[in-house]
Amino acid sequence: MTGADGWRRLHPLSPIVRGGRVTIGVGTVLLLSLLAGGRGARDSVPELAIVGLVVVLGFVSWLVTRWRIEDDDLRIESGVLRRQSLRFPLSQVQAIDIVRPGLARIFGVAELRLRTGGSSGATARLAYLAAHEAEPLRVRLLALAEGARKHEGTPEPEAASQEHVLTTVPTGRLIGSILISDVGILAEAVLAGLIVTAVLSPAAAVGVTSAGAVWIFTVLTLVWRRFNQEYRLSLAEAPDGLRLRSGLIALSAETIRPGRVQAVRMVEPLFWRALGWCRLEVDLAGKQRSKGEGQAERRPLRTVLPVGSRALAEELLEHIVPNRPPTQSPPPRRVLLKSPLRYPMLAWGRSETCVATTSGRIRRVTVWAPLEKVQSLRRVQGPLQRRLHLATVHVDTAGHSVHAAIRDRNTTEADRALAELSDLARAERRKKSQ
Amino acid sequence: MSVEQARSDNWRRPSPRLLVLRRLEVAALALAALIAASVVAALGHTVVGLACLGGVLVLGLGAERFVSRRFHAWGYAEREDDLLVRRGVLFSRLSVVPYGRMQFIDVTAGPLERSFGLATVRMHTAAAASDARIPGLERAEAARLRDRLAEVGEAQAAGL
Repeated sequence: MTGADGWRRLHPLSPIVRGGRVTIGVGTVLLLSLLAGGRGARDSVPELAIVGLVVVLGFVSWLVTRWRIEDDDLRIESGVLRRQSLRFPLSQVQAIDIVRPGLARIFGVAELRLRTGGSSGATARLAYLAAHEAEPLRVRLLALAEGARKHEGTPEPEAASQEHVLTTVPTGRLIGSILISDVGILAEAVLAGLIVTAVLSPAAAVGVTSAGAVWIFTVLTLVWRRFNQEYRLSLAEAPDGLRLRSGLIALSAETIRPGRVQAVRMVEPLFWRALGWCRLEVDLAGKQRSKGEGQAERRPLRTVLPVGSRALAEELLEHIVPNRPPTQSPPPRRVLLKSPLRYPMLAWGRSETCVATTSGRIRRVTVWAPLEKVQSLRRVQGPLQRRLHLATVHVDTAGHSVHAAIRDRNTTEADRALAELSDLARAERRKKSQ
Repeated sequence: MSVEQARSDNWRRPSPRLLVLRRLEVAALALAALIAASVVAALGHTVVGLACLGGVLVLGLGAERFVSRRFHAWGYAEREDDLLVRRGVLFSRLSVVPYGRMQFIDVTAGPLERSFGLATVRMHTAAAASDARIPGLERAEAARLRDRLAEVGEAQAAGL
């Protein structure tokens, strides 16, 4: 489907896949009305007209959408009435994903998603490409991105395709972890409540079910989505970045370019701590909230390890943020007066290149932020903290959801940390720009 | 680098006209409340009206004190590689923003600020949380600061 000047079209089936559930719904209605037989062809004219219109619109939108690679940019043109021409500089790419929802897998197509660091409309979507095209295109785009960054010739695409798998999550452990996670416990509580009411009085159970149908559905969807997203999630390291693959029905393959990680956090929920389990999430730059993206795509956090032991997490961390501080120091005892729940969790440490902070009330959250990513530092002191001679130092990065805060330290220690961290961050910036 | 230690860093403050502006805002509000209270008093509810009058006076004085303390808490210092901004009375904050991280600078002036010849300079970094805002700068100083920040930012720019 290569036209003149290298312009290319998407896969011809993409309007159908994009229509997704609507397509399935319309198809079923049509089939049913035909099978019902009682109605003549004349009665189905309105339905047929709607279907025809949708098909024509989809076809037109496919016809006017085209893309090509121009030097170091990816250009996408689309739209009839409102013609849109987008240009994405490849050197700004933070991550490239290949997503294949269930319907797309049936039709053998895949969506390619490029995420850049900007604050609005920063996601380029090519929906959909033939499945066998998507992977080579991703490798090529990544290679171009690296080339654009280093101002060298384009590296060999073959070199980038070697990868070695660091870890894959066993399904049994994933199920177990979801069962005792916050969402899982909520779902279990809802189900248990229903069963108990059903046993006590079946009539009431019917009423409760119909009244709370939306809630039940939402909770189950949450659990299902989590399971589907993290099913057999594997993390691999390749020269062009970290690769994440996962999915049961909807498959996704994500690539995070090297040096694009703004911060990493390790979350240990209450019940997981007893089993020594934790979860690792990586934060990237940008306010990834563009129109037309679903809930799942909107999450700026990438789960690198849905569940695993601490030892495994440490091992993976070594690949993501090297030179982590070996130890963290606890806050002064009087913090117990200010935040009694947080006190046992609080700690912080730093190495020459990285800050680590631990916090949380019920679940323990540890954040590592590389100093070369620090955007600004803030020292904040509230009224209660002033009385207790405490202060908090915030380490701001360009990430969206992970925030490193050195909470409740001695004022002198906070001041020293502020001075030291700003010096270290400056040194890291200099090192990088040379 | 406590605030005391950083005194040597040549701190600058917003224009005193900002304090005048803030005081006028408080005074305008207090005046409106006073008029309302005197109307109540004149209508015959003397006790209630007088109580309201006293309340308004106390609140107004409190607000005046708060506004002037807040004004004195603002400060900024241009260092070799970063800008320091301090602010806040109840929650005192000190931000360190490296010039190289600056994404863009915006200078705004509302109608009131404009009539006093003042402007607010705000620096944006890629992190949404960094908050470096300096209100009530005289127009010439705002322009100078904007140009200087843009210049140093360009020279030291670092990527994401």
